[in-house]
Amino acid sequence: MTGFDGSDADHDPGDPAGRATDEPVAESRAPADERQPVTFSREGIRAGLLTCLPVAVGVGGYGVAFGMLARRAGLSVAEAALMSATVLAGAAQIVAVELWAEPLPVATIVLTTLAINLRYSLMGAALGPWLERLSPGRSYGSLLLMADENWALTMRDLKSGSGRGAFLLGTGIAMWCFWVASTILGAAAGGVIGDPARYGIDFVLAAVFVALAAELWEGRSTLVPWLVALATAVAAAELVPGRWYILLGGLAAAAVEVILHDR
Amino acid sequence: MIAEGALALDPLVVGVILAMALVTALTKVGGLWVLRRIEVSERLEAGLSVLPGAIVIAILGPELAAGGPAEWGAAGVVLLVMWRTESILLSLCGGVGAVVLFRALV
Repeated sequence: MTGFDGSDADHDPGDPAGRATDEPVAESRAPADERQPVTFSREGIRAGLLTCLPVAVGVGGYGVAFGMLARRAGLSVAEAALMSATVLAGAAQIVAVELWAEPLPVATIVLTTLAINLRYSLMGAALGPWLERLSPGRSYGSLLLMADENWALTMRDLKSGSGRGAFLLGTGIAMWCFWVASTILGAAAGGVIGDPARYGIDFVLAAVFVALAAELWEGRSTLVPWLVALATAVAAAELVPGRWYILLGGLAAAAVEVILHDR
Repeated sequence: MIAEGALALDPLVVGVILAMALVTALTKVGGLWVLRRIEVSERLEAGLSVLPGAIVIAILGPELAAGGPAEWGAAGVVLLVMWRTESILLSLCGGVGAVVLFRALV
């Protein structure tokens, strides 16, 4: 990613004052440089797995909630477990079982799943500077186990310059195990637990994201894109049906960052 | 122990689940697939670098906006514990405990 395209070369000489404020951004990009090798080792898998364990436990609370919702929607324990094992996308699964009805609205469910999960393309692309230096089998295979939480952990690790290309796979394995196990637990024991709100289980996901936001904060350069994402997402959640607001918020922030890049 | 029908697999349901799995897998690998085929400028890379936090904020914003004082207070507790301890697990426990407490109080 060291090559300049035409537009960047044109803008650089005209903007000497902008250099100083650009420094944190340049720093965060440095690990993507060619000099930093990206490995794919057993140690990387181990590090990812261990780092993700506490997060996976938190996700487990969410999985229990999903299992209960799925059972209430009429899915069997085996069907709920199959969905968690093959789809591995919390928000989309929860929305899907909310849409579950007799007769099954197949097209609505599949299209909504696609819409909610389109953000994974952006997230996968964000991992690109590191993953594109791994073989297709390793990079695409790891990406199949990507979910919101372990993606954020992986971004943090790779941005720090660890070069552990297998980190995503390790976190993904932890996520998958806890997600499937907690789904089975929730689906099997759903009737006994009752209302998930009584134990704060419904707040687990929000808490996970607040914690991740605290980790992803990079100082003042983060403020503008985050405010754009927040305003766009809150407005879109009101105006647009479904979960498009996640995608729109992320895209708006990225667009503003691209436009303001030279300043 | 296991309820009757717990292991049932309806062919239509399995089909829908596998279709969901297929489109999800395509979104997960799609971003990198496209990225491998185009030249990424430094400018676009800067845009991609803000995506992590921006998407987290975009998920959180409407969720917290839909909540109330109990959820906002608990989110504050998560931030506080995270800032003090940098432990996700402690933050989660603090947040969930706080939300249960605040809901009882409010």
